[in-house]
Amino acid sequence: MSDTKKGFPLPSSLEVVPGTEQAQAAYPYYTHFVPEDDSKFWFYNSMHFPEPMHHFDMITAEAAYVAMGAFNTRVHVLPTAKGIEHRVINGRVFIGGVAVTDPAEIEERIGEFQKRAFYYYENWEDLYAQWKDKMKALIADAQALPTPSLPDYEPIETTHTGKGVAASHDLLVIYQKQIEGYHRMWHHHFEFLLLGYGAYMTFFDFCKKAFPEISDQAISRMVAGMEAEIFRPDEEVKRLARSAVELGVDAHFVDNADIEKVLTDLDALGEKGQAWLAELETSRNPWFNVSSGDGFYHYHRSWNDDLSLPFAAFPGYIEKIKAGMNLERPTAQLIEEREQLVIDYRELLDTEEDKATYDQLISLAHRVFPYVEGHKFYCEHWYTNLFFNKIREFGRLLLAHGFFGDDGVEEDVFHLTQYELESAIIDLMLAWGIGAEARGPKHWPALVAQRRAAIEEWGKHDCPPALGAVPDAIDDPAINMLWGITRENLDKWLDDGTENEKELKGFAACSGVVEGTARVVKSVAEMGRIQQGDILVCQVTNPTWSPIFQKIGAAVSDIGGSMSHMAIVAREYGLPAVVGTGKATKLIKDGMRIRVDGGRGTVTILDDLDADAEKLLEEV
Amino acid sequence: MTPAVAWFADVGIADRPTVGGKGGSLGELTQAGIAVPPGFVVTTSAFETFLAALEAREDVRGQVEALDPNDLGAATRLSEQLRARVMNEPMPPAVEQAIMSAMDELCPDGQPVAVRSSATTEDADDASFAGLQDTFLWVLTAQDMAMKVRECWGSLYSVESMIYRRKQDFPEDGVAMAVVIQQMVDARCAGVMFTRSPTTGDKSVITIEGAWGLGSSVVSGEVTPDKWVVGKITGEISARDISDKHAKQVPAPGGGIVEIELEGDERTTPCLTDEDLMGLREVGRKVERHYGKAQDIEWALDKDGNILLLQSRPETVWSAKDVASVTKPVDNPLAHVMNIFGGRK
Repeated sequence: MSDTKKGFPLPSSLEVVPGTEQAQAAYPYYTHFVPEDDSKFWFYNSMHFPEPMHHFDMITAEAAYVAMGAFNTRVHVLPTAKGIEHRVINGRVFIGGVAVTDPAEIEERIGEFQKRAFYYYENWEDLYAQWKDKMKALIADAQALPTPSLPDYEPIETTHTGKGVAASHDLLVIYQKQIEGYHRMWHHHFEFLLLGYGAYMTFFDFCKKAFPEISDQAISRMVAGMEAEIFRPDEEVKRLARSAVELGVDAHFVDNADIEKVLTDLDALGEKGQAWLAELETSRNPWFNVSSGDGFYHYHRSWNDDLSLPFAAFPGYIEKIKAGMNLERPTAQLIEEREQLVIDYRELLDTEEDKATYDQLISLAHRVFPYVEGHKFYCEHWYTNLFFNKIREFGRLLLAHGFFGDDGVEEDVFHLTQYELESAIIDLMLAWGIGAEARGPKHWPALVAQRRAAIEEWGKHDCPPALGAVPDAIDDPAINMLWGITRENLDKWLDDGTENEKELKGFAACSGVVEGTARVVKSVAEMGRIQQGDILVCQVTNPTWSPIFQKIGAAVSDIGGSMSHMAIVAREYGLPAVVGTGKATKLIKDGMRIRVDGGRGTVTILDDLDADAEKLLEEV
Repeated sequence: MTPAVAWFADVGIADRPTVGGKGGSLGELTQAGIAVPPGFVVTTSAFETFLAALEAREDVRGQVEALDPNDLGAATRLSEQLRARVMNEPMPPAVEQAIMSAMDELCPDGQPVAVRSSATTEDADDASFAGLQDTFLWVLTAQDMAMKVRECWGSLYSVESMIYRRKQDFPEDGVAMAVVIQQMVDARCAGVMFTRSPTTGDKSVITIEGAWGLGSSVVSGEVTPDKWVVGKITGEISARDISDKHAKQVPAPGGGIVEIELEGDERTTPCLTDEDLMGLREVGRKVERHYGKAQDIEWALDKDGNILLLQSRPETVWSAKDVASVTKPVDNPLAHVMNIFGGRK
């Protein structure tokens, strides 16, 4: 070990931003860094949590890590890795893996793992069919939960049926069921995830060994599914665009339209307008239950809650349909291409042994991939939207009872932790039952204001990409697969700052070189600004943004690996894309000219280069 | 006796004993429907006829076989003597007539040609079999062409070549030389292409190198070429390395080639477009499929952007390595996932 070895700051050296101490203290006690954490390695989970966390939203980390840990450590019994620890400071979530290093323990866990994981692989199709049924039942349960409300007097039925339970109790039941359901969703999520990724990665590794220069993209294309749920929302938008043309109501869809007005106008139009609205309803359930984000923040709303995204996409699709373009996904052709690709690579293998292994691994990858591609729609999108909307209903109820003050809004509820929210509900139940004033209205408004200010403040502070001692090796399969973090990445992070500021590097998600105007988009609300041919620059792209892919020339994101859904969809659309640049939204300014090379995974800022070139010319 | 001249379209790799490796390969490519500049081969039969005439005056093969490979002085004297004889011996009329009429047919408008030696034995591919790799570019007249044919024949009697054969105890009876006469491409750009990675041996990529002008600048290493790595199957361009191409080789007004310095943007402009790269990839795949093994190809783009192949031979470095399986097969395919989950890389 050389003494010049670079390292990351220790957790104990991080300071809570002055003035936000109380907001920090309100996070659950087990998420605070403690002195012993200095001896471990942590990294900032910017992939899932790029923004400071609202206190309620911490449940998205907590429930996910509860379930992931349980499945890795105790259900599937991964040989070399247990779960993920998490900490939060200044609203940023840091995580660290728990590795198994004792050879005897690894050996024992290998035996358990093979009994358990292999059972899943062998019975994948049946178990996955069962999984879908479980998820749909879970979603149905959540949909069946009533809106929480408190009547002045109990309905007379309570008396007539001898129910024996008052309405206030329902608040607790609904809340606890919703929290229970959310945790259950994450268990379902991790029932398959690591096994699916692992089988895929096994094929991936084989290909990298057999074909050292093969691109990630080529491997993805060999495995990618064709009927995956993630493509469906966009297909619905296309379907609605076609329907608008067929019904002759397409003139109502223009850029930057007032959506409410369009809907009202269509309704007033009579039969044809209403026919289209009926089509819209069909698409909305369930396919517009996709969020504009990745399912970790309450403010990433679904299309159903905010129709901006589909409406931003309609004019472009309508124009293309009227120009006679076929927007159908050429599924049959895509399947044929995929099969040809598999055959062509197989042909290049040198030995019969390798061909046999290749056949085994590709068939395993094909078996697991529908889950890898499909689960997000059910978990992070559909269920998560239902979940946050149910919490919003509690927000509305508490707001109505004065819990957030006169200037409060229902969204203020997300400034409470899930435990604080339960106590606020109990406060309300008490007050309703006793017939006295609740304490909440005097308690929460100041805290909500304080936390809102803290989150705004935290958003202004960068945080280190990692903390603590650099491990000699990272062979935690979960961290490798989910976050794409390897020892090499860490070295790159440590070298940060010596790189060329004009060129950003990321994962090559989809090849092609495009120059254009950068449109730095922070939220769906800004979608309307995107002009034909612009290059989308965003923190994290999401499959549900795909309807605007028809409009843009290329896409760049801060976060995401070559296995991210963004990358999968970009390849699907043949859209040049570079994902996981780390800092594109920071370095690239809106309106700059940039060049995206999706094959090399580089983004070059051209504006400043041009300025330099002009200076040179002047000097000459 | 085979004819003195054979057209590319009529020969294949199996004709190597009479048309040499280069001639056979160009014939094979032509027959496979690959665009190759048209040409013919002056066969070993023409050489044998010529040698017979030469030996009718004075022994040739016997003298070479009697050479002491350690006597450099004797070898030098013999080489000078034999090469002079090759240059001065009148061409046997049958050979003369065959070559000249083929040349008329190939170049009715006096198109320039390349004259290249085409060795007949596998050993001749060995770099130590010196003197057999003669290439004369941009030869303008039939007379000049005939002179270059003699020079190719004469190269069999270079000092290095003769000593090498003696050291290997190679029977002179089997030593013959075919010569390729091929229309010259006034190349916009040219270069080489390997249908597997020269650095990793990966068979799923094609490496393409090219520079402006004739390919001789790339083959000789005088210009650092642009370099691309292209997915053989996917067509992805995974690496682009555009170099500063300081010069290019072009036809000289009086025949032969000349190097000219490049200036300005041309130096750093890629010599191939993505479309060109895809075209080369297609050709590379076709040739590789035809031979069933990885190829080392010389190519040129004419002024209209048409892709023409000047040569293709089997890749030798990686093909010579022992082929081992990536992983050992297992009964239970699931055992492979332990590579990921077992922490064993």
